[in-house]
Amino acid sequence: MAEKKLMKGNEAFAQAAINAGCRFYFGYPITPQNEVPEYMSRELKKVGGSFIQAESELASINMAYGAAAAGGRVMISSSSPGIALMQEGFSAAAVTQAPMVAINVMRSGPGIGGIQPAQADYFQVTRGGGNGDYHIIVYAPKSIQEACEMIYKAFEVADEYRNPVMICADGMLGQMMEPVAIPDPIPAMTEEEIFEAKPWALTGHKNKRERNAIKSVFLQQEVLEDFNLNVLAPKYEKAMRELPEAELIDVEGAEVVFVAYGTTSRVVAEAMDLLADEGIKCGLIRLKTLWPFPEYAFDAIGESTKNVIAVELSMGQMIQDVKLAINGKLPVDLINKVGGVLLDPEEIAERTKKIMEVR
Amino acid sequence: MKPVFEVTKGMREMTSHYCPGCTHGISHRLVMEVLDERGQLGDAIGVSPVGCSITAHQYMNVDMIEASHGRAPATASAIKRVHPNAPVFTYQGDGDLASIGMGELIHAAGRGEKICTFFVNNAIYGMTGGQMAPTTLLGQKATTCVDGRTIEQAGSPMRICELLETIPGAVYVERVSLHNPAGVRTAKKAIHRAFEVQEKGLGYAFVEFLSTCPTNWGMTPVKALDWLKENMIPYYPVKQFKCPEEVK
Ligand SMILES: Cc1ncc(C[n+]2csc(CCOP(=O)(O)OP(=O)(O)O)c2C)c(N)n1
Ligand code: SF4
Repeated sequence: MAEKKLMKGNEAFAQAAINAGCRFYFGYPITPQNEVPEYMSRELKKVGGSFIQAESELASINMAYGAAAAGGRVMISSSSPGIALMQEGFSAAAVTQAPMVAINVMRSGPGIGGIQPAQADYFQVTRGGGNGDYHIIVYAPKSIQEACEMIYKAFEVADEYRNPVMICADGMLGQMMEPVAIPDPIPAMTEEEIFEAKPWALTGHKNKRERNAIKSVFLQQEVLEDFNLNVLAPKYEKAMRELPEAELIDVEGAEVVFVAYGTTSRVVAEAMDLLADEGIKCGLIRLKTLWPFPEYAFDAIGESTKNVIAVELSMGQMIQDVKLAINGKLPVDLINKVGGVLLDPEEIAERTKKIMEVR
Repeated sequence: MKPVFEVTKGMREMTSHYCPGCTHGISHRLVMEVLDERGQLGDAIGVSPVGCSITAHQYMNVDMIEASHGRAPATASAIKRVHPNAPVFTYQGDGDLASIGMGELIHAAGRGEKICTFFVNNAIYGMTGGQMAPTTLLGQKATTCVDGRTIEQAGSPMRICELLETIPGAVYVERVSLHNPAGVRTAKKAIHRAFEVQEKGLGYAFVEFLSTCPTNWGMTPVKALDWLKENMIPYYPVKQFKCPEEVK
């Protein structure tokens, strides 16, 4: 790993992708992720890659679909309303098993909403706005360093699962600066290597194999049923077994267990210090994957815990998965802010104490 | 003895799902014959639309992908970036290209993407059962304009070649008609030129085929060809709009 450099989140994300061998990026301007397309437009050409400023997010995901199907390592990025426009494309990429990485630098909504950080896309990214039975794999970094490591790994995961992988960051991570050491660069595949390594990809058949047809339409119901049950379902089951990740902090023996992800989890960690000063034992389950949801982490909650509190910047979206994982065993409460307004540690501590009184 | 006619290796041997007399079959074969003659079947990558020809890959013996509805030019633009030496083409109907996909079309042309688009203009939505398309003629009946298209209700039919002519990145633009053998021969030459433009890296190449949809027009295949000649050609003139010197 290279030495640490102070970098803006969005630029570090882009460089992490390039280091991971990404050579194709298609972007459309939207705040707070604009530095990603700007950086890619400057840097990709230096490494033999290709950048297109797409005419819309709709075009950008359909470009990513083409590049992925052609065997290229491809990334797209946007922010919440742009991700909404891409949903048809995620569904198409899932059914055609086109591997791609997408970054969502979340902002507030609904509608055009605002440009401040938010986490109101939890449903959008975990439930998918696209049609049909599919999932995308979603990572949720808490720092620029972790985001870069997740992006780097996401390309491997996307290739292994032949599925879109999303990095769900927020406007704060995109816009702030932190010291970061980006994982070392690896070379991109040549066209000849793609032909060998990705026999399903569009390369031209070179008169050496049958022609490849990448299909999204299945007009016979039995064929689609067979595909969904025998190709997609086992893949998603494998993802649910192998990919869930969470960080557990002081969960054992905690009176209150918080559940949070992304930058919000850092604010929660500070609130935990404040509460510890008052003698309240707190733990944190920090989600690193949003889908598959790390349900296993909730097994660590023991007898000592009286309250589980979901902390998120939305009207209460992640809390639904928390409740499913808790399965009625404990009360689950919500501490939140919406519309781009942020939580601070003092407020979390105060609201936690109120919740504990009521319970 | 030298054979005088051979079926192109570009078409896979099977019966197609197209309706009897539909011109999709002709345009498929022409594109594949040209790639075969150019020795590029092994290199070509095609993008099929959403429409009757969505499964064109069943018949075309080249690597292919189904694009989402209207997005073929975006998908093809990226494929070309990954394989810059491959002949990349989209094959699209008029609902796909001129309605939902107008944005992707114009911008692929605007960027001067080095790809070819083959545009099947049959003046109707075929696959969904005969609704009005942006190219449906005034007075022409469709299931969403049963008394015939009117300007008041739906505006005038869009002329796509004329639109693309104004875009510098679209360097080769030609409209041909598949209603008779002479038209088919002209079409084949146009396809050759389109791939030539791409190979020489000159820019975006576009060929429109005036086509028939006997099923949704409610006509016999022969009557449909006559209707095309009498009604479509006067509104959609068959001509070469733009052609770079290098391929003339
Ligand atoms: C997003 C989306 N909208 C609508 C459809 C339904 N649909 C299928 S084919 C088609 C249009 C076909 O017409 P055209 O492009 O003219 O091609 P043709 O069938 O005549 O060859 C439509 C609207 C769809 N599949 N996806
Ligand atoms: S519906 Fe029309 S366009 Fe489609 S196959 Fe039949 S004749 Fe051809």
